[in-house]
Amino acid sequence: MEAFLSLASGLSVAIEPMNMLFALIGVLLGTAVGVLPGIGPALTVALLLPITFKLDPAGSIIMFAGIYYGGMYGGSTTAILINTPGESASMATALEGNLMAKAGRGGPALATAAIGSFVAGTIATLGLTFLAPYLVDIAVSFGPEDYFALMVVAFVTVSATFGDSPVRGLTSLFIGLLLGLVGIDILSGQSRLSFGVPELYDNIEVTTLAVGLFAVGEALYVASRRHVHEEKLESVRGSLWMTKEDWKRSWKPWLRGTAFGFPIGALPAGGAEIPTFLSYATEKRLTKHPEDFGHGAIEGVAGPEAANNASAAGTLVPLLTLGLPTSATAAMMLAGFQQYGLNPGPLLFAEKPDLVWGLIASLFIANIMLLVLNLPLVGLWVKLLAIPQPWLYAGILVFATMGTIAANPSPVELVMLAVFGVLGFLMRRFDFPIAPVVVGLILGPVAESQLRRALSISLGDPVVLVQSPISATLLVIALIALVAPFALKGLGRFKATED
Amino acid sequence: MHIDIAGLAIALILLALAGLVWWDMTKLQLLSPYDVGPKAMPVIVSAGLALLAIGNGISAYRGDLPPRDSLDWKPIILILGGLACLITLIALGGGFMIGTAILFATTSAAFGRRAFLIDLVIGAVIAVVVYLLFAKLLALSLPAGPLENLL
Repeated sequence: MEAFLSLASGLSVAIEPMNMLFALIGVLLGTAVGVLPGIGPALTVALLLPITFKLDPAGSIIMFAGIYYGGMYGGSTTAILINTPGESASMATALEGNLMAKAGRGGPALATAAIGSFVAGTIATLGLTFLAPYLVDIAVSFGPEDYFALMVVAFVTVSATFGDSPVRGLTSLFIGLLLGLVGIDILSGQSRLSFGVPELYDNIEVTTLAVGLFAVGEALYVASRRHVHEEKLESVRGSLWMTKEDWKRSWKPWLRGTAFGFPIGALPAGGAEIPTFLSYATEKRLTKHPEDFGHGAIEGVAGPEAANNASAAGTLVPLLTLGLPTSATAAMMLAGFQQYGLNPGPLLFAEKPDLVWGLIASLFIANIMLLVLNLPLVGLWVKLLAIPQPWLYAGILVFATMGTIAANPSPVELVMLAVFGVLGFLMRRFDFPIAPVVVGLILGPVAESQLRRALSISLGDPVVLVQSPISATLLVIALIALVAPFALKGLGRFKATED
Repeated sequence: MHIDIAGLAIALILLALAGLVWWDMTKLQLLSPYDVGPKAMPVIVSAGLALLAIGNGISAYRGDLPPRDSLDWKPIILILGGLACLITLIALGGGFMIGTAILFATTSAAFGRRAFLIDLVIGAVIAVVVYLLFAKLLALSLPAGPLENLL
C-alpha cells in the first residue's frame, strides 16, 4: 500500500508540465540516439551532464531516464532494419528481426518490438515500484562493510561472471579502478597517480572517460574497419500493424521476456545481453513454428525486445535503492545524480521522496510516450539512418569535444579525451568490455571509502569484513560468481552456441 | 597454437601499470595508525593488475584472443590528427572553432568523404551554431580565440 501512496505522490511530480517536457525531450533524444549507430544512451547522458549542470535536478534526471528507456526502443529499430545492433542488448533482436525485415515484414517486427517494450517496461517499472521500498528497508541496516561487500559483488558480476572472458572483463574493471585512484584522496589530502598535473588532482571526470571510450573509441574503431564492413538499410515495406496471428504469437514471448529481463536486471548482475539471449533461446525452443526461426520468426523479436526493456527497468532497482550501477548507462545516471550532490540509496528515498518517486512515476509516462511516438513515427526515425556516415561520426566527435571542453575548459582535458579514445579503440579491437571501466571509475572510490570507513570503525581489524552476516554472505556470493565462469567454462559461452 | 604478440604486449602494459600504481603507493604516508589509509586501494589495484597481466599473458600465449580484422591505419591517423590540431589550437589560444572545423573535416575524410573543403565549411557552421547554443543559451564557457570574440 505504501508503494501506491508514494507512487501517487510521485505522479503529481511527474505530471508537472516542466517535468513532462523533460521526459518528452528525454524519450525523443533517447530514441534518436538509439536509432543512430555509434551513439548510445550512455554516451548521450555523458554529453548532457555538463550541459544540464545548471538545470533542475529532478527534471534532468527524469530526462536521463527517458533517454535510457528511449535508447532501448530506438536500438531495436536499428537492429531490425540494418542488422547492426547499436548496443549488445539488441543483438538477439537483430537475429530474427533483420530476417523479418528482409522478408518484407519489417513493420510487424518493429510493432512487436515497440509494443513488447511497452508491456515489459510497464510491468518491470511496476516491479521496481513494489520492490524498491523493501530493498530500501533492508539497505537501511547496511553498515559500511556490507556496502563494501555489495560493491565487490557488483564488480565481479559486471565484469567477470557473464562476459565472454572473465580475464578480459576483470582487466577492464581494474583499469577503471586504477583511473578511480587518480587525484587527491579526500580522507588524507594526498594526491595519487597525479604526477603533478593540476587537471589530474581533482579526479578523472566520468564524462571525459565515457565520452572518450564511447564516442572517440567507437569512431576510431568503425573508421578503421570500414573496408571490411558494409551496412545495408532495409526499408519498411508493407503494413506496420500486426495481424491477429502476430498478436497471438507475441504476447507470451513478451511476458516470458519480462520474466527473464527484470530479475536479471534487478540483481546486481548487469547487462541486458544475458536475458535477451536466454529469451531468444527459450522462444526458439517453445515456438509452435520452429520452421520460421532462421527466416524471421516474430517470437524471436518479441521475447528478446521485452527482455531488453525489462532489464533496463530492473537495472534501476539496484541503482536507486543501493546506489549500485550495473550498466554503463546506469553508471552515467549515477554520475548525473552525483553532479547535483545526490547519492542514490536508502537515504535518498527518505530525504528526497518527491524526486525518487517522481522519477519512477515518470518512467510510466515515458513508456507511454515512447509507444505513442515510436509506432506512428517510425518512418521519421528511419530517416535518421539516412544521415551519411561521415557526417554522423564527424558530428559526434565535434559534440564530444565541445561537451568535454565546456565541462572542463583545458586542453589537457582534450588530451585525456583522445587518450581514452585510443583506449576505447584498443578495447574494442581486442574485445575487452567497456562498461566495467566506467563502473570501476565511478564505484571504485565509493567502495574504497566504505572499506576505509569499515576498517577505521574496527580500528584496522580486517575481520570486520566477514563478521557481519550480510557482508560475509555477499562476499561468498562474489567469490562464487568469480570462480563460476572459470569452473564452468561453458557458462559464458552459450552465446556462441546460440548464434 | 601461435603466440599472440599484441596480446603479450597488453600483458606487459598491465604489468607496467601494476608497477606504476605500486611505486606511486610507496610515496603515500599513513596519517593514522588505525586507518588503512590511502594505501589499501592502490595495493589491491596493483595486485589485481599484476594477476591480470599473468592471466592475459597466458591467454596470449595460448593464442585464445578473439580473431581480429585487418586494420586500416589511415582513418585512425586522420581522426587523431584532427584532434591534435584542435588541442594545439586551443592550447595556443586560437579558440575552438577553427580546430572544430578541422576535426569535422578530417573525421569525415576518415569515413571516406572526398570533399575536404566543403566539410571544412560545414564544420565551421556547426561550430558557430554550437558556440551560440552553449555560450549564449546555456551560459557555458568555451575557449575563445580571435574568431569567437567577433561573435
